[in-house]
Amino acid sequence: MPSSPTPKNRSAVLGIELDGDGAHPAAWRFAAHEPGALLTGTRIRETVQAADIAGFHLATFHDSRTTDTGAAGIAGRIDAVQRAAFASPVTRSIGLVPEVGVIYTEPFHVATQLASLDYSSRGRAGWLVSAENTLQEARSVGRDVLPAGEVGAEAADVVESARRLWDSWEDDAVIRDAATGRYLDAGKLHYADFEAGRFSVKGPSIIPRPFQGQLPVFAPAALLPSVEADVALVSAATPEELAPEAEAARNAGAPRTLLELDVVLDARGWRAADRLAELDAHGHWDGGARYVGNAAGLAELLAELFQQGDGVRISPAVLDTDLPELAALVLPELRRTGLLSGPVPGGTLRESFGLSRPANRYAAAAAL
Amino acid sequence: MSTSPRTPGNGQIQFGVFFQGVNHTTVWRDPASGSQTDFESFRRVAQTAERGLFTAFFLGEGLRLREHLGRIHELDVAGRPDAQTALAALAAVTTNIGLVATQNTTYNDPADLAHRLSSLDLLSGGRAAWNIVTTDNAWTGANFRRGGFLAHEDRYIRAEAFVQTAKAIWDSWADGAIAGSRGSRQWLAEDAITPVRRKDASFDVEITGRLPRSGQLHPVLFQAGDSPEGRDFAVRNADVIFSRHAGLEAAKKFREDIVARTLKAGRPADDVKIFPGQEFILAPTAKEAEEKHQWVRERQVGPQTAIAFLEQFWGRPLTEYDPDGPLPDVDPVVDVTDPTRGNAFHGKNARELAAEWRAEAEDKGLSIRQFVSGRAQLNGRGLVGSYDDVADLLAEYAHSGAVDGFNITPWIVPSGLDDIVNELVPRLQDRGVYRTEYEGTTLRQNLGLRAPLSHRNGSLAAVDQTQSEEVA
Repeated sequence: MPSSPTPKNRSAVLGIELDGDGAHPAAWRFAAHEPGALLTGTRIRETVQAADIAGFHLATFHDSRTTDTGAAGIAGRIDAVQRAAFASPVTRSIGLVPEVGVIYTEPFHVATQLASLDYSSRGRAGWLVSAENTLQEARSVGRDVLPAGEVGAEAADVVESARRLWDSWEDDAVIRDAATGRYLDAGKLHYADFEAGRFSVKGPSIIPRPFQGQLPVFAPAALLPSVEADVALVSAATPEELAPEAEAARNAGAPRTLLELDVVLDARGWRAADRLAELDAHGHWDGGARYVGNAAGLAELLAELFQQGDGVRISPAVLDTDLPELAALVLPELRRTGLLSGPVPGGTLRESFGLSRPANRYAAAAAL
Repeated sequence: MSTSPRTPGNGQIQFGVFFQGVNHTTVWRDPASGSQTDFESFRRVAQTAERGLFTAFFLGEGLRLREHLGRIHELDVAGRPDAQTALAALAAVTTNIGLVATQNTTYNDPADLAHRLSSLDLLSGGRAAWNIVTTDNAWTGANFRRGGFLAHEDRYIRAEAFVQTAKAIWDSWADGAIAGSRGSRQWLAEDAITPVRRKDASFDVEITGRLPRSGQLHPVLFQAGDSPEGRDFAVRNADVIFSRHAGLEAAKKFREDIVARTLKAGRPADDVKIFPGQEFILAPTAKEAEEKHQWVRERQVGPQTAIAFLEQFWGRPLTEYDPDGPLPDVDPVVDVTDPTRGNAFHGKNARELAAEWRAEAEDKGLSIRQFVSGRAQLNGRGLVGSYDDVADLLAEYAHSGAVDGFNITPWIVPSGLDDIVNELVPRLQDRGVYRTEYEGTTLRQNLGLRAPLSHRNGSLAAVDQTQSEEVA
């Protein structure tokens, strides 16, 4: 039986996408900085700290290995794991979820980079799996494009290899036993010995088990049920269509669901619809389910969506305009009505989703 | 801006810190020894180094957990974060120190590694560096998509093609590629990115660069290979050599050799900086330093570590031998040592080494433990002495021009730099051989390096300074 939407004893989860200057391709024209200042640590610190202080449970960092040189929008991105890592020591409670591709990367590097992020954030890391598969990426690493029909299986293999590597150190593998001179207990380290169709990984990992044991894995619902995800990102063309999609994701085995919503708010004396018209005049916004209106209306819509999934990920059209409105008007309203609480400083991202710290598969096997 | 070290021997000494993460040289038995994995240890060491005006914070890399006689090696410190992920986090809590990531050219793709290094360089405002290492063994390859695909003799060929490709990626965005204002026609200017195409024995790729350059233009390049091949690779490609030649005479000889090779490669004599790795054991007096040295050595090489050190060369268990007795009287069962304990020990002729060591230990009357303790250090004995004596010695190094600095390996984490920063650095400043403030905000500026080779002709050479100031 599929799990039910958010139970009443846990707050809904509110996330925000922080890539670039916002989700609209023309967002950079309305940013509070000159275009050249985007690709800096200063800019990342400012936006993630603003989201952290506002009380979002998590921030995601979109990434892509394909540069669209003809696009009207931003064509340069700092590596998402590094953006999240940079944010980790200067934020307190927000989850940090970089998008990391799996088709043209090294599974071993991906697993250790994410485990490292979980240490620098003390358990606030997640992984948004991307199965991006373009000719440009393939050529950049001297490979052929993966046939579309094999993408799901490849993504599933990479996620499984990472999960095994994260478990390859038991939690108490570092023993520091002065009497025997042993820093490690080799009996608590395990080879991953993962043999997939296209790659194999021996292990163990080069870093101990992540702070959370296993990072929560986020995946677009389209990758289910191939990929063993903890949280499905559910998208639809309109807000009304999110509920059935969320149910489909639950039926496909997603333990948690996060509904995707693009947001344009009234701001600085401008109506949201006028802001959107001006943005659209500079270029088309693909996007998905969208809310365009005032803060009170958004709070009402979020309250409804919280009934249909475990939370919502908001993609603001323009970060410098919409994030301050979200922080000043929307999140406080949701807190006032008791629909939103946390995240708890010092807590983990798994805890925000009510996911327990998982047992180690190898330790569990050894105990049998 | 203070003096810019343009010639070898500009009379200054700089420091880097090498946070090793995998080794037997970290005294983990001491109660003051902290976590090797938690970020707080990294933050504490990096911020202490920055307080001491260190040039660089350096992380190593090992892509497979070390083994000993076919089993995970238990005795050494192990378990460290991915270098660039840790450095990206440190970039947020430091402001001037360089951030050096050791990264492998065999088990990475240039498109990915060059992009991540650019990312670190932009996040840190031009403080990133790459310590280029190569490996070829299939044992490490078992963790990667292509397995052990590379022949030993091809590792530098691939490395050089890799570095050239990375540099081309870093130069692929035109100056002014990004819109000058929010009113510009588009974010990325037309034809601003030149695709990098490379087809040779190592690569068949076409790469569209994904980022512009930082204020230091390219990440600084470190290299540590010591063979003639490795040295020539360094003078053709790198900015800094992380050397093994720490003794003053050995360091002078090494400098002469590198200067000759640098000139031959068509670069100015001072274009390649030299930082030997070194361990510092300091105390108020020489006598106390000597006692501390004994204390440290005993804890670095315990009885089990001494036996295990020999076992990797003998290729068999030696637990029946007394660590406080003579070296084993049996011969190794292997011809050459295998790579599973890390590359430093790879490929030595085991029988020759064993015979040599047995003779040496007998000659000097050393037990297994005493012998291994002397043998197992990074660069011989380390710098052991009183604050004043070591400051005098380093002043001599500075005046000799033999090195540009030292890459210090702390023997304890995270407090291992405290006495160096609190006691030694002020004494070096008093002697006029150590900076009293950072020269600039980029690593390239603080090392006194010129612009990358591809930016030296015409106007591009001047970009070095102007762009860095914008980033600051």
